[in-house]
Amino acid sequence: MIAYIVRRLLQSLLVLMVVGLVAFAMFRFVGDPVESMLGQERTATDVERLREALGLDRSFAVQYWRFLQNAVQGDFGISYRQGRPVAEILLERAPATLELAAVSGALAIGFGILLGILTAIRRDGWGASLVMAASLIGVSLPTFLIGILLIYLFSVELGWLPSFGRGDTVRLGFWTTGFLTESGLKALILPAITLGLYQMTLIMRLVRSEMMEVLRQDYIRFARARGLPERTINFRHALKNTLVPVITVTGLQLGAIIAFAIITETVFQWPGVGLLFINAVQFVDIPVMGAYLMLVAVMFVAINLAVDLLYVAIDPRLRTK
Amino acid sequence: MPTTHRKAAAIGLTALLLAGTAIPAGAETLRWARAGDALTLDPHAQNENPTVTLSHQIMEPLVIRDQNAEIVPALATEWAVSDDDPNVWIFKLREGVKFHDGADFTASDAKFSLDRARGPNSNFKELLASIKEVRAPDDLTLEIETDGPNPIMPANLTNLFMMDQQWAEANNATEVQDYAAGEDTFAAKNANGTGPYKLVSREPDVRTVLEVNEDYWGKDEYPLEVTRIEYTPIQNAATRVAALLSGEVDFIQDVPVQDLGRVGQTAGLEVRSRPQNRSIFFGLQSGAEDIASDNIDGRNPLASKEVRQAMNLAINRDAIRQVVMRDQSVPSGVIAPPLVNGWTEELDKLPEGTIEDARALMEQAGYGDGFSIRLDCPNDRYVNDEAICQAVVGMMAQIGIDVNLDAKPKAQYFPLITSGNGETDFYMVGWGVPTFDSEYIFNFLVHSRDGDYGSWNATGFSDPELDAKIESLASNTDIEARDAAIREIWDRVQDEVLYLPLHNQVLNWGLKDSVVAEVDPEDAPKFKTFRLN
Repeated sequence: MIAYIVRRLLQSLLVLMVVGLVAFAMFRFVGDPVESMLGQERTATDVERLREALGLDRSFAVQYWRFLQNAVQGDFGISYRQGRPVAEILLERAPATLELAAVSGALAIGFGILLGILTAIRRDGWGASLVMAASLIGVSLPTFLIGILLIYLFSVELGWLPSFGRGDTVRLGFWTTGFLTESGLKALILPAITLGLYQMTLIMRLVRSEMMEVLRQDYIRFARARGLPERTINFRHALKNTLVPVITVTGLQLGAIIAFAIITETVFQWPGVGLLFINAVQFVDIPVMGAYLMLVAVMFVAINLAVDLLYVAIDPRLRTK
Repeated sequence: MPTTHRKAAAIGLTALLLAGTAIPAGAETLRWARAGDALTLDPHAQNENPTVTLSHQIMEPLVIRDQNAEIVPALATEWAVSDDDPNVWIFKLREGVKFHDGADFTASDAKFSLDRARGPNSNFKELLASIKEVRAPDDLTLEIETDGPNPIMPANLTNLFMMDQQWAEANNATEVQDYAAGEDTFAAKNANGTGPYKLVSREPDVRTVLEVNEDYWGKDEYPLEVTRIEYTPIQNAATRVAALLSGEVDFIQDVPVQDLGRVGQTAGLEVRSRPQNRSIFFGLQSGAEDIASDNIDGRNPLASKEVRQAMNLAINRDAIRQVVMRDQSVPSGVIAPPLVNGWTEELDKLPEGTIEDARALMEQAGYGDGFSIRLDCPNDRYVNDEAICQAVVGMMAQIGIDVNLDAKPKAQYFPLITSGNGETDFYMVGWGVPTFDSEYIFNFLVHSRDGDYGSWNATGFSDPELDAKIESLASNTDIEARDAAIREIWDRVQDEVLYLPLHNQVLNWGLKDSVVAEVDPEDAPKFKTFRLN
């Protein structure tokens, strides 16, 4: 087990290095940060001086190596756009994204599994058909459109919920939370639905098809023959066996929720790391882009590792090997 | 009664937590949104509109531009060239002005601020390049000595904010932020100005809160009816408009042109507009022997004046205004916006002629069969920039020019123009004129590319005689002679068809109709002038 974890960690490290290298090779195509850092009146000498001072005249391999050297020491540099340490900015932005991801993840998993089971058990009911039809909207409409539609309906027409921002937040140490104020909770609703809808429909459809598969198996038939109550069969015996593939997909989707909250955050002006990244790309803020991409890579690697370990916990067959 | 105690404690705790966000009673709050946030609070680090606009609320320059772009007193009350030395400007400073922390504003603070803004990392140093020395002979007099007479010195100071020397020294912020050194400056996150509003809190890209400065020197001169400002950047245009429509904000800048009708028709909301101090135009590589992006070998079709004239005629500015800009542009015949010194109605006349005339000119130039060329265009910088370029592709096709459009984000686009390596032959530029004087346009766009001059001139055009004339403007103190020289330079630029002028953008503000404000010519709202009904 320990050897397995160590091997996975080493693999992860390699993945990180490659991600960083690819990212830095791409940055030169994003544009020239000096253009945005110096004003309209910049002179050629200024441009040269700044480019040299920032090390932008070096090859991407050298830039990447420098970045790695500093990153290992916990120094991600200074944001070109804001002129503040990148680590400080990321730490300030992380709570917004993590809270949003947690809420939309919980929504997606909770409703996804529940609706999946229901539609599997009552395959022919009109309720199940309705849910299945509605779920098509969730998988086929792009996120930004859902966001705009929700804003139009609930903010502009009905005036119930805010269209942008995080509302009032409360500071607890370095963490800022929107969970403790009314406006903070209200502000969470629309972005969380927007971000979680796709994941929810995905999980729901997955649970449904897995569950239907399992319900056809012999041991379920035997359980029925033994006269076990329907609830025990569905939730104790059938559900447990549908969960392995669901956990894999859910794990990866949770990573996606955090990493690709970019669009939702842009639509709702949600002050998280996704919005930070979009701004960084527009400004060619290399230190922020580098740190963000590495962070996302770390997160995916960690989630994958956790998923692998969860398999072992859920499926006893893997333990005996 | 333990339960009651616990309940009371809980209520107390909640109240405590909420206290930080509570709004004082009676405050006239204005909630303001625009596309971008200020990048920094350091007033000399970024010469960029959102940054300068926020600074204008908290800090003040010596002189400022009013609603008509006229220079009026701010922290200086009078200014003039010294009688003894034409190279020296003398500014009389306002008496009794205090910074937000209570310190007095004196000439040594002004000297410190100007010297700081002349430093190597300042974004404003080019505007102050002619300054040789700044002196503070007494507390209320500031002398600026330039390396030759500089008739438009005050125009370069309208966004140059004054800082407190003691505050900067105490907080280790005497230098402008140096990105390369990997340090952050205290001044980037904190501000101590003399302005009408004090900084209460700031979370970059999230929210900035300002409150009125009760001790402001100009509280009798300006309405100062807005007593609290909540500034939220909202990048997504649809969300920004939704926030105004739903009443979550009171004032937005950067109203997208397709939503103007919607905002204007909504009860309780209003759109206010005015032409912006920004011209949009096309540049042509006319100086090179041959260009890379065309299909003609060994010759440069753009070197022919007839071709440039034909292209100028082919652009249907009214069609672009109606179809692409939805009436939110003012077609122009010169690359200077109307408030700029040197602009005349005659210069701004649109070129006269039909498509037939343009075709005849192409024939005359020997390009009757046309040619192909690439048009480079930004897609995230100006209002509908890419759509304008698409329209121009069709217009050029009418005179046989086959245009391939290459639109890019600004960070990739602008280096094509500024690199000076002839990477573009046909390109779009938008140019704002912060000094409101033609010299600024000539220095960057007309003068040959030479040292600090002509850094945005990718036309390849070069005429030493014209260069000398442009350089002489800097020190020509005879206003009449200087204006005559400006006129001559413009005539030459127009005659050469160096650029193809397109239009001036229109600024649009969306406001609740209870907010009374005039659109600022530089798109920098000064909230001290706002009135509330």
